[in-house]
Amino acid sequence: MPSNALLQVENVSKTFRVQGKKLHAVENVSFTLEAGKTLGIVGESGSGKSTLGRMVLRLIESDKGKIIFDGMDLSRIGKKDLRALRQNMQIIFQDPRASLNPRMSVGDAIEDAMAIHKIGTKASRRARVVELLSRVGLPDEVQYAYPHELSGGQLQRVGIARALSLNPKLIICDEPVSALDVSIQVQVIQLLRELQEEFNLTYIFISHNLAVVEYLSDEIAVLYLGEVVEQAPADELFEKPTHPYTQVLLNSILKIPEAPENKQEMHSIQGEIPSPLSPPSGCTFHPRCPFAMDICTTAKPEKKTVSEGHHATCHLVN
Amino acid sequence: MASTVAETHSEVVLKKKKVRRSEFYQGWKRFKKHRLAVIGLVWVVIFCLAGIIGPWVAPHDYRTGDFLAINQAPSWKYIFGTDNVGHDMFSQILYSIRSALIIAIGATLVSFIIGVILGLWAGLRGGIADMIIMRAVDFMMTLPGFLFALILVIMLGRGYLSLILAIGIPGWAGYARLIRSLVLSMRDSEMVEAARALGASQAHIARRYMLPNVIGSMGVALAFGIPGDLIQIAGLSIFGMGLQPPIPSFGNMIAQAGENILGFPWLLYFPAGIFAITLLSFLFVADGLQEAFSPKGGN
Amino acid sequence: MSEPLLSIENLQVKFSRSEDEVYAVNNVSFAIHENEALGIVGESGSGKSVTLMSSIGLIRENGKITSGKALFQGKDLLKLRPKQLEDIRGRDIGVVFQDPMTSLNPIMRIGDQIMEAMLTHQYASRKEAFNRTIQLLQEIGIPDPHSRFKSYPHEFSGGMRQRIMIAIALACEPQLLIADEPTTALDVTVQMQILALLQDLRRKRGMSVVIVTHDFGLATNFCDKIIVMYGGQIMEAASTDMFIREATHPYSIGLKASIIEVGNKGKEISPIPGAARTLTEAPTGCPFAERCPFKTERCLNEVPELRAFGIDHYIACHHAEEVASYAV
Repeated sequence: MPSNALLQVENVSKTFRVQGKKLHAVENVSFTLEAGKTLGIVGESGSGKSTLGRMVLRLIESDKGKIIFDGMDLSRIGKKDLRALRQNMQIIFQDPRASLNPRMSVGDAIEDAMAIHKIGTKASRRARVVELLSRVGLPDEVQYAYPHELSGGQLQRVGIARALSLNPKLIICDEPVSALDVSIQVQVIQLLRELQEEFNLTYIFISHNLAVVEYLSDEIAVLYLGEVVEQAPADELFEKPTHPYTQVLLNSILKIPEAPENKQEMHSIQGEIPSPLSPPSGCTFHPRCPFAMDICTTAKPEKKTVSEGHHATCHLVN
Repeated sequence: MASTVAETHSEVVLKKKKVRRSEFYQGWKRFKKHRLAVIGLVWVVIFCLAGIIGPWVAPHDYRTGDFLAINQAPSWKYIFGTDNVGHDMFSQILYSIRSALIIAIGATLVSFIIGVILGLWAGLRGGIADMIIMRAVDFMMTLPGFLFALILVIMLGRGYLSLILAIGIPGWAGYARLIRSLVLSMRDSEMVEAARALGASQAHIARRYMLPNVIGSMGVALAFGIPGDLIQIAGLSIFGMGLQPPIPSFGNMIAQAGENILGFPWLLYFPAGIFAITLLSFLFVADGLQEAFSPKGGN
Repeated sequence: MSEPLLSIENLQVKFSRSEDEVYAVNNVSFAIHENEALGIVGESGSGKSVTLMSSIGLIRENGKITSGKALFQGKDLLKLRPKQLEDIRGRDIGVVFQDPMTSLNPIMRIGDQIMEAMLTHQYASRKEAFNRTIQLLQEIGIPDPHSRFKSYPHEFSGGMRQRIMIAIALACEPQLLIADEPTTALDVTVQMQILALLQDLRRKRGMSVVIVTHDFGLATNFCDKIIVMYGGQIMEAASTDMFIREATHPYSIGLKASIIEVGNKGKEISPIPGAARTLTEAPTGCPFAERCPFKTERCLNEVPELRAFGIDHYIACHHAEEVASYAV
């Protein structure tokens, strides 16, 4: 284990019971995250990316595996210590409106985070609220506003300020910009990047949007039906996507063409994302994989090393 | 250090330093737009005041009648007239208001408290406790509450306390169901998850996050509960199972007036009219509260 | 140029709220021609969806079309009675919505829903309708159409449901397909499938498609023409090729510069400052003015007209020439 690893996740799994069936939401996921870095987690719906993020915070308990945060094994920590530890690990949600109390003014919401951990006096907390609001680019008066009076972008800034108020080391960003308009998305992403540098924050950035993940991440894990199919440093992943799913994902992104000649042709991809309730046998991606071989339908591929720090779970990789 | 990406805040409605931006103030503003509710509220306030100060302002004693003045039509001396034993109807009504209010508020609180406790228990605990409580709720909902109350009065007697209990005890089921559903809808909400992520304890979440969001709905339920209980009290009295005479009550007065409806109609008009207006007023107020404070009432 | 299929002229739509009115669409005119794919692009509140939907009579109850025309086959759709409109919608104009689950009937077999589209418009007899339904299901890529005919909407995935919506919209072979954010709720790989299907159907049938979207990547790759909306007005309208090469409106430029795309890592991205606001009064200037680096006094006091700015290129900006020279 590298000495400066802030977070180490080892073989965590989570199974839910849905309609009497087992749903393997997250299966055997491992990664290490150094302080000050960003891990991007990409996946489509049903990939288990949000569950994974919540497992790291123990908002959802994992069935097995280990999560070591700042040298502490989270699974061995009692409820009370866990609550205290939440100060160091925060989360920003996709829908800031839903994650705020509609009957609490924005200032109270941010102050409450500090009050829970008995940080400072009432007066010092109020001062800090104003300071935080201005840091995320909101004027003082916003502290008196209620969530319904603010726009989505403003509320997400409030969500960020609230997470920041506890001086966390790790912030899980769960699709923080997906609900926002493009021009606001960029504002929030730049803010997140500035804050990371300023406070040496460590991020887990969860998104279905590869471009946004690429922009912020040092390392990226691609999730498909609860499993990491490929993991690599961000540049490497985009230069040398190895798992067929990563390739399909990259080819599905529609960029504004640089020139009219570069317009992308719409191409059909075979198959559908299978229901996580009845995942396909062997490699779960085989029904949609353009390179599927016989072995893919029967045997589960193992994690193979493509190059230093670049892993793919695919039979094609030797 | 200023962020390079500050938004302009044109969209924020930070209206001219409005100090009272609280939910309560907003709700009051919405309530005021509801004309019937405001009229209802005025009547309810008068009604409650009459109940409180009744004994001091009543011109005559409710127990002793004036045998020289029986069945008199309304006059300056007896503005609502008198009944067949010479009781002043105005004084009788003042005392009736008092008794009706005491029982209705008491009974509603009894229902409410039992309902909140059981509803919270079912919603927060879940599992077997939830199952048992909810089956009990279903059972109570299928029973006619009035019949239940009637049986309880027969068992407990006809005093204030027994009436409060008789009407209050069967009424808990609706509140329990409401509280449980509110708790359930919030327990798995992102708001509560976010509060947990902040490190908040269960108690803190219940107090600061859940309670403020259910209090409006609970208030509305309470406001609807009181007129419902008023009807029950009157109903019991009409059946002769209300407060033991000579304590006056609307039910007694209405039942007795019915016997002499042709000769002395004021004996019916005043108590029945006031009672009906009061019920309507309570309902209008409850309605106004619902519109002003229900979750959908926001912008 | 041939007669346009649908032409919207000076459309104006207002919404009433409890305390004020929202000027959602202000003086919007555009046309869609045969065999054309048009993308109407904008952020939320830009009026993109309201523009299109209200022109075919789909408008929320608190909305009101205060002026304008929507000419389709010589008829002004805004003057038709609801019954006549319903006749055209579904037969000559197919509509696909963002969320198929709310527009499909949950208790009706999907085959029957497709058939119903043909039967209510007396497009085909029962038997023909059935055969066409099977054929359509095949065409939109639903395997084993005979047995899937009997399935209910909840038995399908989101992507498949959107395909079924498309089948319903196409049942009477409309000349025009209107799709409001058809892939927004879907995953990227599924989005690609749906777009490929739409592209394919469009080419085969020579039908016109209007897509309302917030996704510039989608619009620029899928459409022949692009209309950029902001604050209820058209900011820029151009052929896609022209838009890709020389988008000139400060808003278009700002957006193109600020969208994070794959390959942007390390690049400095400059977001457009500020946020869009809701118009509660008739516009007196350019809606983008307060966020625009080229803003002058004139922008605040005079609504810019949409004017020709080169071939296949229209722009509503007082300073287009200056912006263009600056951009080069």
